[in-house]
Amino acid sequence: MAKVMTSGGEALIKALADENVDIIFGYPGGAALHIYDAIYQQDRVQHILVRHEQAATHAADGFARATGKPGVCLVTSGPGATNAITGIATAYMDSIPLVVISGQVPNHLIGTDAFQETDMMGISRPIVKHSFLVQKPEEIPVIVKKAFHIATSGRPGPVVIDVPKNLTDPNEKFEYKFPSDLYLRSFALYDEAENSEVKKAVKLLTEAERPVIYAGGGAINSNAAEEIYEFGKLMGCPVTNTLMGLGVYPASDEQFVGMLGMHGTYEANMVMHEADLIMAIGARFDDRITNNPNKFGLQAKKIHIDSDPSSIDKIIDVDVAMTGNAKKVISQINKELKAMNFDNKKFDGWMKKAMQWRAEHGLNHNMLDQKNPGDIILPQQVIQSAYKATDGKAFVTSDVGQHQMFAAQYYHFNEPRKWINSGGLGTMGFGLPAAMGVKFAFPDETVACITGEGSIQMCIQELSTCGQYGLPIKIINLNNRALGMVKQWQDMQYGGRYSSISYEDSLPDFIKLAESYGHVGMKVEKLSELESAMEECFALKDKLVFLDVYVDPDEHVYPMLKAGGDMSEMFLSKTEKTFE
Amino acid sequence: MNHIALLMENQPGALSRVIGLFSQRGYNIDSLSVAPTQDETLSRLTMTIGEEGADINQILKQLYKLVDVVMVQNLSEADSLTLELAIIKLNKAKRDVEGLLKNYEFEREILDEKDNYTVFKVLGDTQEIEKLLSELKKEEFLEVTRSGTLGMTKGNESLATNDQTKISYD
Repeated sequence: MAKVMTSGGEALIKALADENVDIIFGYPGGAALHIYDAIYQQDRVQHILVRHEQAATHAADGFARATGKPGVCLVTSGPGATNAITGIATAYMDSIPLVVISGQVPNHLIGTDAFQETDMMGISRPIVKHSFLVQKPEEIPVIVKKAFHIATSGRPGPVVIDVPKNLTDPNEKFEYKFPSDLYLRSFALYDEAENSEVKKAVKLLTEAERPVIYAGGGAINSNAAEEIYEFGKLMGCPVTNTLMGLGVYPASDEQFVGMLGMHGTYEANMVMHEADLIMAIGARFDDRITNNPNKFGLQAKKIHIDSDPSSIDKIIDVDVAMTGNAKKVISQINKELKAMNFDNKKFDGWMKKAMQWRAEHGLNHNMLDQKNPGDIILPQQVIQSAYKATDGKAFVTSDVGQHQMFAAQYYHFNEPRKWINSGGLGTMGFGLPAAMGVKFAFPDETVACITGEGSIQMCIQELSTCGQYGLPIKIINLNNRALGMVKQWQDMQYGGRYSSISYEDSLPDFIKLAESYGHVGMKVEKLSELESAMEECFALKDKLVFLDVYVDPDEHVYPMLKAGGDMSEMFLSKTEKTFE
Repeated sequence: MNHIALLMENQPGALSRVIGLFSQRGYNIDSLSVAPTQDETLSRLTMTIGEEGADINQILKQLYKLVDVVMVQNLSEADSLTLELAIIKLNKAKRDVEGLLKNYEFEREILDEKDNYTVFKVLGDTQEIEKLLSELKKEEFLEVTRSGTLGMTKGNESLATNDQTKISYD
């Protein structure tokens, strides 16, 4: 075969193409210009120009969450790199595979406080799975291959490649070789669980009286939905998903008790509290789930499946730990359960108990039928209306706050990778750029960004990117004219002292704003007009629609766990709670 | 007191990942010693974590998770050797220093001296070195530098590296 000679910049883009990357999100600048010149001269990798580097990382992240493939972004040195940090941290906290390429000042200027120099390796270190500083242009293809392997294997995460400008010089060519194999020293990967552990787990599962399956984002990352559904059916017991796990078990299934945790359903939290066996799959017992860890699951034995050994016994000590790939480990367990013809009838009473809790204090999913005083719109009704208009089939991205919790509670996700939100870091501004990434991956699917007037303004500039690339995203803005979640906490814990949650009268006219970017803006203030507006919004297939919905500014998200309490201690409404 | 031995890639940034992990996760390092090994692609660290109640298993797992970390071992759980080197400079004549060291078992050597000062090294157990330092009067004391604890297991086993894992693609 003829030798292929490339510069470092060309090698970088060629290696991305050889990794089957067809789209990257980025923003050019001085240190990255050789790379951008290489992009211009090829057509295998499409570059999407965003309006801020944070959006590049969120778009790549949204692409990754929706497809399961790694997302890629490219930024320049200095401010380009620092702007990318929030997005890298977002991906890190939610274990999302991302490869972030940052330009760096030329080698000989590193350490001199050169123009647009920043220590990207240092700044990003605590929020990456790994990072590379390229030292020789010839090693670029191998580094790219390693970066993709590390980002996507085991517990996925972001990997940074920092590339000094002189190593991408178009005048310095070398022979391009994309490696067919990789060598990594002691890079432990866990696949199936030990058979002895599987047997122990099955013993606990079959001997339990009140088991619950608690599945999180790791179950989605390992594409375990099918196996978990089969497992759920073999067990016939209640199943709950974390905020990150929504969709991995179908929300419409009769065994699904809803999301658990801080704003989980009454029945999910009660099931967790009363269970005698908690089966955690790709979930990490984080503080939004357990509430007070010292009061968590005191009656329950615990089984934990995770691809990251350091997640096991970190917060909650477990009885059986299985380090491995959730998809494979659940298959192992299913095989055992099937082989023994396990009869799950004994859990019927327990399942009934869960349904009884639902009947007592479950969420009301028929709020569109009710009339409100003054025809005011409740935020829950907006989600239910969006669910109805999309037949529950849309990709839904969200930002952070009350709207995020309402969307998680009321939009029933029946498939994994349809619910895309920043769970771990809680990054406002995530929703719109993430929706762009999803839309690029699935141009024919409906993509909705459920947001609030606070969050949307954190990356509102991306309306311009959506215009440039013709991305008909539906932005459903739950506009309560205040930072709602902060306001809720101030109501509940700070005596209603509303510190810095109001924009006074400075909110933009979102309709005119959307229109100025060439999009469609619509405003709804009355419940009686909500459903027709929602239908119209989703019917405009080729247009980005900004649907600005004025909602009740005083609504709170319930249930809400009592701070420092156990999982049964919840506020159920402004006047009801489960504890004294 | 836990002594941890660790092999890591001799790569720029690898040490900062190890150290950064400790501040990031809220653990304290009492002492740290690091140098390349006979295999120039690897560095070996010994670190001491004295903190009461530190979850040592969690620390080991977090360390092992770092891509640059090749092998980790808790020397305190194995039959192992530890020792430390200290160089001490005192406002004391050689004769007085020799008197002071009489009650200690560790190896010592005078490295530099004049009438009014003595520089000497001691090699031994960390606790013994600390005992000596605590005995010194402030006015006698000029400076000290310590290697940090070094350690390895007894017996003929070694903190060997796994062979490189080959990852093949279709």
